[in-house]
Amino acid sequence: MVDPVILIPSFINGLTTGALYALVALGLTLIYGVLHIINFAHGAMLMMALYGVFFLHRLFGIDPYVALLIVPPAMFAIGYVLQRFVISKASHGRDENILLVTLGLSIVIENMALYFFRSDTRTIDTPYSFEVVEFAGAFLPLPKVVAFFGALLTAALLWAFMARTDLGRAIRALAKERRGARLVGINVDHVFAMSFGIGVACLGVAACLLLPGYYVNPQVGYGFVLIAFTTVVLGGMGSFVGAMIGGLVIGVVEAMGGLFLGDSLGQFGIFAIFILILLFRPTGLLGHKV
Amino acid sequence: MKKLFDTQIKRRQFLAGAGTAALVTGFPAVLRAQEPASVKVGLVHPVTGFVSFSGMQSRAGAEMAIADINAAGGIKSLGGAKLEAMLADSQGRPELGASETARLIEAGATSIVAGYSSAVSLATSQEAAKTMTPHVVDVGVADNIMDRGLKNTFRFAPGFGSVATTAVEALKEINAGGAAKTAVIIHEESLFGTGIAELLANELPKIGIEVLEVIKHANPTRDFTNIALQLRSLKPDLIIPANYYNEYVLLARTLRQQRIEAKGIYSVLGGAASNVQFVKEFPEAAEYIMDCNHWYDPKSEVALKRRADAEAKGLFYTYEVFLAYNAVAFLADAIERAGSTEKEAVIEALRNSNFANHGMPYGPTKIDEKGQNTGARAVNTQVQKGNIEVVLPKEFASADVIFPIPA
Repeated sequence: MVDPVILIPSFINGLTTGALYALVALGLTLIYGVLHIINFAHGAMLMMALYGVFFLHRLFGIDPYVALLIVPPAMFAIGYVLQRFVISKASHGRDENILLVTLGLSIVIENMALYFFRSDTRTIDTPYSFEVVEFAGAFLPLPKVVAFFGALLTAALLWAFMARTDLGRAIRALAKERRGARLVGINVDHVFAMSFGIGVACLGVAACLLLPGYYVNPQVGYGFVLIAFTTVVLGGMGSFVGAMIGGLVIGVVEAMGGLFLGDSLGQFGIFAIFILILLFRPTGLLGHKV
Repeated sequence: MKKLFDTQIKRRQFLAGAGTAALVTGFPAVLRAQEPASVKVGLVHPVTGFVSFSGMQSRAGAEMAIADINAAGGIKSLGGAKLEAMLADSQGRPELGASETARLIEAGATSIVAGYSSAVSLATSQEAAKTMTPHVVDVGVADNIMDRGLKNTFRFAPGFGSVATTAVEALKEINAGGAAKTAVIIHEESLFGTGIAELLANELPKIGIEVLEVIKHANPTRDFTNIALQLRSLKPDLIIPANYYNEYVLLARTLRQQRIEAKGIYSVLGGAASNVQFVKEFPEAAEYIMDCNHWYDPKSEVALKRRADAEAKGLFYTYEVFLAYNAVAFLADAIERAGSTEKEAVIEALRNSNFANHGMPYGPTKIDEKGQNTGARAVNTQVQKGNIEVVLPKEFASADVIFPIPA
């Protein structure tokens, strides 16, 4: 049951969905690549950012795209404080502790959301929520098109930041050689917290781009976090370009899988990729051993 | 000589002391007589997890019923005993639903009201059956919940066999002009969606509607574009969704974005088209959607008052709220008539129930040998000008059906 009339739109749709996955994965790959933290609270933090965007719109009438000026910086601050004063202190530098601390954080954040906001699914209605752009026979919702280019831009900015700025160099130095970085005078705790903050700020960007076409409830992060982990593994831990490509590939695989195998089996392809990559190319498409 | 120490107890002192002692030891007995032990009712709902919105709504409805019954004097045949809610969260997982049910019974729950989802209700009722604890299913629609014939299990609302029959009969009436000849069914993958889809796929051809495709999707589904694209290529006259709220919202939005135009959208227990929240938030996407679902009698004062009370509390008056409310009220009515919390007596009273104060289009309850209320039925609603109107059956209708959707 595959008609070329739907094959192309489905492929394009997969790309736009994939860009959103990439955006969520960008933060995760930065946090993993530098801090070697497997951040289980990533989904919960995305949910927190989505609520931020939702309430800015509901209470103050701030458009989600204008909220790009508010939510990412706020998420950066939250991320910085969490890493500097909670995660690093509670984990005592041990990886297994970090896992538990971030898992604990996710449970706390989700249950607080459940307590304060209840489990209602909430959406916002913007004038452009239902606008579509026609391209190659596909009707692309305007919010998805914006999210697609927003994700590309964010990835490019992150890449330039890491390549060109002192802080970016310090972060890369830390990722490669922690002790050496400390010896040349890099303030390790500060740079760690900055990286975590930037990773979490990416979720702020993702939330602003996501909400006009999506919904928020306390469980919304689940749907994204597993995909984000797969994206990071596929693209290569710590690689932004890899995360971007990984996200796009997964979006297309999901869309095509849905078309050929039926929608409920569509995700099968994603996890098949996950296992295959782990088996045959554990460093991912663009990853290298850190 | 004046005594230094008065060691003798005087009569007046004795009386005062004895009086105090009598007060201290006797009064609690008086209190106990005035305040009979509360009747503990276990409420098991998925208040977290993927159907938590519905779980929270169900819990809110059940708690409203308990508050109302207590405010009206509690269970009078037990000397005004108050109902006491014991809360548990199944997270939408059957095994957790079962273990929480066991925990509540262990902790003294005399009866159980559960479990919103069909899969969880199957597990909770089975667990309660081990101790013959009365169990009322509030929403779970799967027919096999009742078909097992568990003696302790009762359902006030209709099962999906009955709903699907109503849906097909109503559709035949709505489509008397023959505008719809083809349909696509879109359903979620658990017991509820799959069961409904199977029943409809068998029944629709009998009323002259060809089912072009049955499309299953996962919970959660993040993107419905693929399904919309398939619909565009299949061009069905009718789109029939059977899914939970989050997916319904995304599906309806995507259909509009992808400019999928059908002659009608006819949900069966689809949830959102009979969902006040959906209609309020997406009036345009919701307009003209029809639903065959649980709904209250729009002409019943009892129902309208409860709706006003729920809305005054900031609740959306969705089907979960009034079905869970009525499940508790149905149980409380049985305990009232049994005059006891003895499990067998309550089960017997449930079996002979003719509870009528429910505001549903059912008539007084009449329980069959499997524990199902045979009078229970779904009705057809349609969103018209941003309001949810009952369009069928005629005796409860508040508006005429509009089909096909005007161009």
